[in-house]
Amino acid sequence: MLWGVIQFPGSCDERDALHACSLVGEARLIWHEENDLGGVDAVVVPGGFSYGDYLRAGAIARFSPAMEAVAEHAAAGRPVLGICNGFQVLCEANLLPGALLRNENLRFVCRQLDLLDAAGETLSIPAKHGEGRYYAPQATLDELEANGQVAYRYAPGQNPNGSLRDVAGVTNAAGNVLGLMPHPEHAVDSMTGSTDGLRVFERMAAVAA
Amino acid sequence: MARARVLIRPKEGILDPQGKAVERALPALGFEGIEHVHVGRMVELEAEDPERLPELCEKLLANPLIEDYEIESIDGA
Repeated sequence: MLWGVIQFPGSCDERDALHACSLVGEARLIWHEENDLGGVDAVVVPGGFSYGDYLRAGAIARFSPAMEAVAEHAAAGRPVLGICNGFQVLCEANLLPGALLRNENLRFVCRQLDLLDAAGETLSIPAKHGEGRYYAPQATLDELEANGQVAYRYAPGQNPNGSLRDVAGVTNAAGNVLGLMPHPEHAVDSMTGSTDGLRVFERMAAVAA
Repeated sequence: MARARVLIRPKEGILDPQGKAVERALPALGFEGIEHVHVGRMVELEAEDPERLPELCEKLLANPLIEDYEIESIDGA
């Protein structure tokens, strides 16, 4: 399985994402000016501060040539994983519902925390962001819950940013596009405390299969 | 070229922690009686075709899910 990791000016987690992908397949970087994904099976839109977070996080990255190709890739039902800034980009591109706003307490959060997946299993994964407060209108949130599109929630009492209903990650209706604020690519080696992040990459690999 | 100013602010009902932080800081500085503070951003631009500005706002300058915008003409009315 071949993964492509998009690299924007201002991305900073693309190397860890490449490493994580290489543990569940092969991986290569895709520069944001490329409009052809080169036949990859799955795409990661990584974390960082694409285009300096100018205007709004993810607002400008959304218009890059690579993102047009990612939108086509997503529309074809192939897996797309957006992490942190990548999640913000996917929301701005309307590939995922909702938006990410400034953390409620206005502080940048950087810590290991527990997520619960839809089956109630716990994942220990780090989060590091200043604009991770998930927002969607109440009706949209109801719909996401009813459709099983809330992929990850912060464990009770661990919501670091004021996200509505503790939402940490959502999928599109088809389930092939997933975005989350915490960083699974930083939790793939026991040396750094947890390998739970691999489960997120394995989940996307299962979409490709 | 038409000069315009676009004002972008958080939509009503969406928590605006920046506005709240500013509001909470005011009494300490002796400014009483100020409420409903909201912090947004302003974009100034010159446009050949001002008719297209609403589309520009919807697509890029504002995120209509979370923000409202107003377009003001600078030189005209």
